[in-house]
Amino acid sequence: MRPSAVFTQMTSELNRLTIAEASARLRRREISSRELTRACLDRVAAVEPRLNAFITVTADEALQQAELADRRLDQGDAPALCGIPLAIKDIYCTRGVRTTCASKILDNFVPPFDATTIARLRAAGAVFVGKANLDEFAMGSSTENSAYGATRNPHGLERVAGGSSGGSAAAVAADECLAALGTDTGGSIRLPAAYCGVVGIKPTYSRVSRFGVIAYASSLDQVGPFARTVRDAATVLEAVAGPDPLDATCSGRPVPDYARALSGEVRGMRIGVPKEFFVEGMDAAVDSGVRGAIAGLEELGAESVEISLPHTDYAVAAYYLIATAEASANLARYDGVRYGLRAAADNNIELYNRTRAQGFGAEVKRRIMLGTFALSAGYYDAYYLKAQKVRTLIRRDFELAFEKCDIIAAPVAPSTAFRLGEKTDDPIKMYLSDIFTISVNLAGLPGMSVPCGIDPEGMPIGLQLIGPPFGEEAILRAGDAWERSGKFAPPRSRL
Amino acid sequence: MNSDSYEAVIGLEVHAHMLTRSKLFCGCAADFGAAPNHNVCPICMGMPGVLPVLNRHVLELAIRTGLAAHSRIEPHSTFARKSYFYPDLPKGYQISQYDQPLCRGGYVELPPREGSEPRRIRLVRIHLEEDAGKNIHSENASLVDFNRSGVPLMEIVSEPDIRSPEEAVDYLRELRGILVAVGASDGKMEEGSLRCDVNVSVRPRGTSELGVKTEIKNLNSFRFVEKAIVYEVKRQIEELSAGRRIPQETHLWDPEREVTRPMRSKEFANDYRYFPEPDLPPVLVAPDLVESIAAAMPELPAQKREKYGRDFGLSSYEVGVLLGRDDLGDYFAAVLAAGVNAKAAANWVMTEVLRAANESGKPLAQAVPPPQQTGELLRMVEQSRISLNAAKNAFAAMCRSGNTAEATVLELGLAQVSDEAAIAEVCDRVLAAEGAKLAEYRAGRDKLYGFFVGAVMKAMGAKANPKVVNEVLRRKLAG
Repeated sequence: MRPSAVFTQMTSELNRLTIAEASARLRRREISSRELTRACLDRVAAVEPRLNAFITVTADEALQQAELADRRLDQGDAPALCGIPLAIKDIYCTRGVRTTCASKILDNFVPPFDATTIARLRAAGAVFVGKANLDEFAMGSSTENSAYGATRNPHGLERVAGGSSGGSAAAVAADECLAALGTDTGGSIRLPAAYCGVVGIKPTYSRVSRFGVIAYASSLDQVGPFARTVRDAATVLEAVAGPDPLDATCSGRPVPDYARALSGEVRGMRIGVPKEFFVEGMDAAVDSGVRGAIAGLEELGAESVEISLPHTDYAVAAYYLIATAEASANLARYDGVRYGLRAAADNNIELYNRTRAQGFGAEVKRRIMLGTFALSAGYYDAYYLKAQKVRTLIRRDFELAFEKCDIIAAPVAPSTAFRLGEKTDDPIKMYLSDIFTISVNLAGLPGMSVPCGIDPEGMPIGLQLIGPPFGEEAILRAGDAWERSGKFAPPRSRL
Repeated sequence: MNSDSYEAVIGLEVHAHMLTRSKLFCGCAADFGAAPNHNVCPICMGMPGVLPVLNRHVLELAIRTGLAAHSRIEPHSTFARKSYFYPDLPKGYQISQYDQPLCRGGYVELPPREGSEPRRIRLVRIHLEEDAGKNIHSENASLVDFNRSGVPLMEIVSEPDIRSPEEAVDYLRELRGILVAVGASDGKMEEGSLRCDVNVSVRPRGTSELGVKTEIKNLNSFRFVEKAIVYEVKRQIEELSAGRRIPQETHLWDPEREVTRPMRSKEFANDYRYFPEPDLPPVLVAPDLVESIAAAMPELPAQKREKYGRDFGLSSYEVGVLLGRDDLGDYFAAVLAAGVNAKAAANWVMTEVLRAANESGKPLAQAVPPPQQTGELLRMVEQSRISLNAAKNAFAAMCRSGNTAEATVLELGLAQVSDEAAIAEVCDRVLAAEGAKLAEYRAGRDKLYGFFVGAVMKAMGAKANPKVVNEVLRRKLAG
């Protein structure tokens, strides 16, 4: 009799494990990856009709991967993620598996190649439960801009999951998988992580290869994990990070052993608190939740210092010029010629116009037009170039701030998850959800969201920890210390 | 004003396909002639999520070209995206160097034409970019072949320093020579390895202000470049002389009718929305790299010309003829390599080889014997095994038959007799038969010497070595 049979009665709960717990039990062969995967798939079947965290569920492939993983585990040769079920944002090219980017224009697109990060996870023996929902081409803050319907928040189905990686965050929060990959261009990992009450890391720009990740804004996009604990997120990050000959912008720096950074020790750590990130009109619960977490870190021996990031006010404007400018070029390839949607047409111009009119959603069109305008002759200097100058100033702000502190602590967003439809009519209001996350992308820094509280309606609040370039270890250490202090226990989804 | 009172101001933009195994930003083969869409991958097909990585060999070739053209190699250059929609452009933008090219400045020195000084045509820049695919239109569909998509191109932009159609061709020829010498291009214009856009304007002679220019696109032969410029200069002078203005236009060369015609503004009036390519970090060229490339530069056309003049005693005219055609220059070099005296080889290649090639109308390599065999033949002349005249006959026969020099000389019985005893015997016979003439000669009629030589040669079927005949005859006549 296999030892796993002892736990049969607990199978329905396997999907709630952390990676650390699951991996230990897999290694001891107390459970099989197949059981673990089955538990996740059962949960997917149970909650998806209400949640819509996935665009494509790859149950058959997942079970096959699980069996392969079990064989490796049997042989005792298995990396940390071997047999662990993950959700993959549907922006990663997955060989042989439809990759839509939540857009009708890629509804039928099956990539003939894997993103570098996907190839690394495959090699590590990870199991892919499915392709998670997102805002179309990662453009959005709520996962409402998806051609496949909005993802709902597992802590309140009338609320958004945040975006753009809302499906990944919700899938982790709803126990449909143990961890997930997202991408963060202006807050797209940290915001949904905060809204859904899970850990989300946006690493330093260039820390993780972007090859095979469908581009939104190339100079800002970065790959990162979602997980239920800081330690789990660090494990996934370590598995995907590192140099890649296929990405010329990817750093050659070796990847540290992140687990070793999780010492629980924050004594003497200087935590910068930027006054510009605590603004008028912010939710009182967010303000007190974040301040409470900073006080908690101080109790653990860290010290807080007030810092200033004076150009914060200009970040959103600069972002919406740079990101949309890059997007206008990145999305030019969806022309109906080689793959994806092709509208019926009599000539080239008609082919482009109709394919793109039918294939792209409203927000994507808005951003393409914005970016095209910003790059047009006569406007380039006033918009794109000016925005790049602002970007330099924002980077400088952080450089100066990090002379006074080791990490920065701030809210992820001014409020908790808003209601579906609440901001869809007002793009500017929606854009301001990212007011505290965007400058981190512009500066290329590592940032993380760690659950730090709930508001009176039970919606999660995220603490944002920001590090200097390649300062992942410092923010992981602080986040892990906070998590382990027991000062706050994140609520589990009520689904 | 008549046409002589105007001067043409011409600048060239040359696009050279670079001679590399792989494409500019991916590992696909960069060679031509494969089945459509054979040399493609997700990267050069512009699939979602792919990223470019710069081909290092391309960078080295471009640096070598820059050094050959005396350009400044920029330690920091960048790529940009040039956006426009076209089915053969898979990403919807072309990755090209824009405001920060790899090489700036420099010049190409033109070889002197008869009676003129060498001229320098200054360069503005040399930059790298990727080529697009190719649209193929059939009756009811358009097809796209992406084999060429992402093939590396080098664009070499000259200052408007060129003043005549002939000079434009000289420049192009010299530039091509440089590109071929450094291994950056195969230089095959007819196969599209070099394409040329020409900017032409005219202005009253003696003025320095630039006139309004016309850009003529897509010229793919020296002849078209020359003809298009001749046509365009004439057209502009006629317009100005008639009191009309030249609008700034882009023209296409129509090789059928031999005219340039304006493109519809729709065909070129794009706002390309250039911005820095975020997927490629700046190209940083360390001084070490430039130094190591500079230390291993191949011989350039100008150096070769100088060497031919200096070491082989060839006139600049002869050098010009020999190096004016790649095939002829290569042929000459190969004959030289067979160990033949340079002057003799040069004369032979410029006369016999060139004539044979021209008369046959075939490519040089098919019209004449392999250079090793020609070298063999010339060595026989040097060694007095055959006469120069006999060599010419043998060469003509070799061109027809394809036989070796040795076999041909044997077959035609052209081998020269240098055997002194044999020649002496004939001399004795001739002198014995011409007793009267011998007496006259010995009486002081020196002019009869030639008669005796002729008689001996005739008796020997023109195969006697003239040098030996002279020696023997002089001795015998001296009695």
